[in-house]
Amino acid sequence: MSHLLLLVPFAALILANLLPRSARPAATWIAFGVLALQTVAVVLQPLGLTDWSALDPVDATIGLRVSMDNLSILLLLSAGLAGMASLMAAGPGLKTGRERFLFANLVLVALIGINGISMVRDLFSLYVFIEVTAVATFILVAIRHGTDAFEGAWKYVVLSAVASVLMLSSIALYILVEGGVSLAAVTHALASPGPIPWIAAALFLCGLFIKGGLVPFHGWLADAYSAAPAPASIFMAGIVTKASGVFALMRLAQSVFADALPARWIFLVVGAVTLVVGAFLALTQSDMKRMLAYSSVSQIGYIVLALGGSQQLGIVAAALHFFNHAVSKSQLFANAEAIEEQLGTVSMDRMGGLGSRMPVTAGTSAVASLSIAGLPPLAGFWSKLLIVIALWQVGQYTFAAIAVLTSLVTLGYFLSLQRRVFFGTPLPEWASVKEAGGRLLVPALALSLITVAIGLGFPLVLSMLLGGGQ
Amino acid sequence: MTLMTILLVLLVLAGLWASMTTLLLRATIALALASAMLAVVMYTLGATIAAVLELSVCAGLISVVFVSVISLTQRKPFKDYVVRRASRLTRFWPLPLVLVAAGVALSFVHSPVQVALPVPGAEGDVRVVLWNLRQLDLFGQILILLAGVIGVLVLFKRESKDDN
Amino acid sequence: MTIDIPQSFWLYFAFFVLLLVDGAWCMLATYNLLRMLIGLEILMKSVTFFLIVAGYLGHRLALAQAMVITVIVIEVVVVVVAAGIILGFFRAHDSMNVRNTRNLKG
Repeated sequence: MSHLLLLVPFAALILANLLPRSARPAATWIAFGVLALQTVAVVLQPLGLTDWSALDPVDATIGLRVSMDNLSILLLLSAGLAGMASLMAAGPGLKTGRERFLFANLVLVALIGINGISMVRDLFSLYVFIEVTAVATFILVAIRHGTDAFEGAWKYVVLSAVASVLMLSSIALYILVEGGVSLAAVTHALASPGPIPWIAAALFLCGLFIKGGLVPFHGWLADAYSAAPAPASIFMAGIVTKASGVFALMRLAQSVFADALPARWIFLVVGAVTLVVGAFLALTQSDMKRMLAYSSVSQIGYIVLALGGSQQLGIVAAALHFFNHAVSKSQLFANAEAIEEQLGTVSMDRMGGLGSRMPVTAGTSAVASLSIAGLPPLAGFWSKLLIVIALWQVGQYTFAAIAVLTSLVTLGYFLSLQRRVFFGTPLPEWASVKEAGGRLLVPALALSLITVAIGLGFPLVLSMLLGGGQ
Repeated sequence: MTLMTILLVLLVLAGLWASMTTLLLRATIALALASAMLAVVMYTLGATIAAVLELSVCAGLISVVFVSVISLTQRKPFKDYVVRRASRLTRFWPLPLVLVAAGVALSFVHSPVQVALPVPGAEGDVRVVLWNLRQLDLFGQILILLAGVIGVLVLFKRESKDDN
Repeated sequence: MTIDIPQSFWLYFAFFVLLLVDGAWCMLATYNLLRMLIGLEILMKSVTFFLIVAGYLGHRLALAQAMVITVIVIEVVVVVVAAGIILGFFRAHDSMNVRNTRNLKG
């Protein structure tokens, strides 16, 4: 099945481009269909309900070196959900048919890139698919030709190129010293004496930190997220940045670094700094999308912090928080798009009292905000608890305390967002504002439902995560 | 002073010229020259196929892209560029000195580096490696070329009325 | 005519660092978008050079060349997309100077 995950979206991409001009709107539905298929297939896989062994002869002839494991399934599922949300939001968010068509194409390309990232076992192939996703995202940021869009896209391009240079230097060092860059070869290199493999590892990690938007390389993220059109922001915040940066870190922590102490300290420190800086920067924002962007930075810090915890629980906690954040952040950006579409602005200073006018948006955004802030019994509470436990298990009490205290700051800025946007009396200029259309409400409701379901059904989820193992 | 060292020095000089020259077209030519020098270096090291690709794609295609963007964004008369030369120099003049200093400093490093041992199967033909071992990268290349095409469609076309 | 190729890693590393510093300086010290792209290109060249050198010294030239071929393709697409973004920036602001338009505060 791993080959299908690369080839089916590719076939869909070709199919979408063969459509006649008049049938172009179907492209969005083709992409949506592919994402839905992926989500369903990936959910059924660990339950053992699907049997893809009939396709083994095909796999043998094509010979792409990819393999799926539980960590891949996590990313594939998150990508499916975030992608579906962004495609549904593309209708109201992008104005011309041509933009919508190109958006669907770019989402498909980025999807193949993300699927590739989830399944590769080789540093260089990881780099190649990260670049594929990155190029598709550059174009997504600039798809609507706004004045800020090009500036945001340019910053992203420059920092992404710097990250590529770091990653390629690292790969070159591994070729020099080890003769190969598969994950197995890198693990072997790190086990042998000498500083070079570790210098190369540090270089590669720096590259991933830049791609993932960790501090001190977070500068491009807020600009890109706020300058991109709303459906693109949903896709980027929901999955792309995490897939390119943090997921690769998780994969390396699982396969290459295992219990290596220097790696764990790097994750702890970088994660903690990112967590705190992101949270405080979010507090100071008055633009809703920028606040959500800095909140993403902070949550990515949580995920990386978790990787510094105990070997078994740390990765599970990181994975769960990854998924929760993908679901909740996509939903919050969908809410932001609903507000932007109705009001024409995302500046929170001019908002107020929208709760009475847009009840569904207000309700779903409250669910997502509280989940990310870590309130029981929502999903975010459980993932943050697991992170704290994972840190406690290895004796990192200070970092656990930092995680808990910053949760309070997170709650603070989300409450501030809720108060400024939804509570109070509506300003007279918003008197004619109505609730957003179905295309934006359906994804918001669905994602909120998932958050609540995971939160309430957590014992079941936990047994599946721990039982499935790595 | 072997041939290789001379080639490398020329490569760095071409790169330096590309950074420091004031006119963008000259910088593009300098960049193409640097690509050519890099191709020669790669050929000397035995990487013939990569050298050919570097020469044709980087020295050729990328120069064409640069020249077309320069011509599409050309706006100022020539004299405006000369006026700005002074402020440019204050930012760029330390560069050659820094490079020379870095080169001299690095020439004193001499610790041994443990390199990978040769393996019988690995010294094969590039084409065999590319097509048999690294098909995933080839798939990635196809993808990124598709993304590039979509990018050109999105970015290079001016907005027109008949867009739906 | 046989050419005597030096086998010292540090010689090649020195030139790699020189190119790296050159490209980085170019990108940082300029306000013109196109020149930043030239600096970016120089950086990519330095890494391409380092990859081939690593392949040569590590006896894995075939692997290194296969990687460099892919890197060159990726590099070209990134340059084309970046040039497109520069073009869009120019059409939106009528300037190539990044100083004029610091709307986004980072």
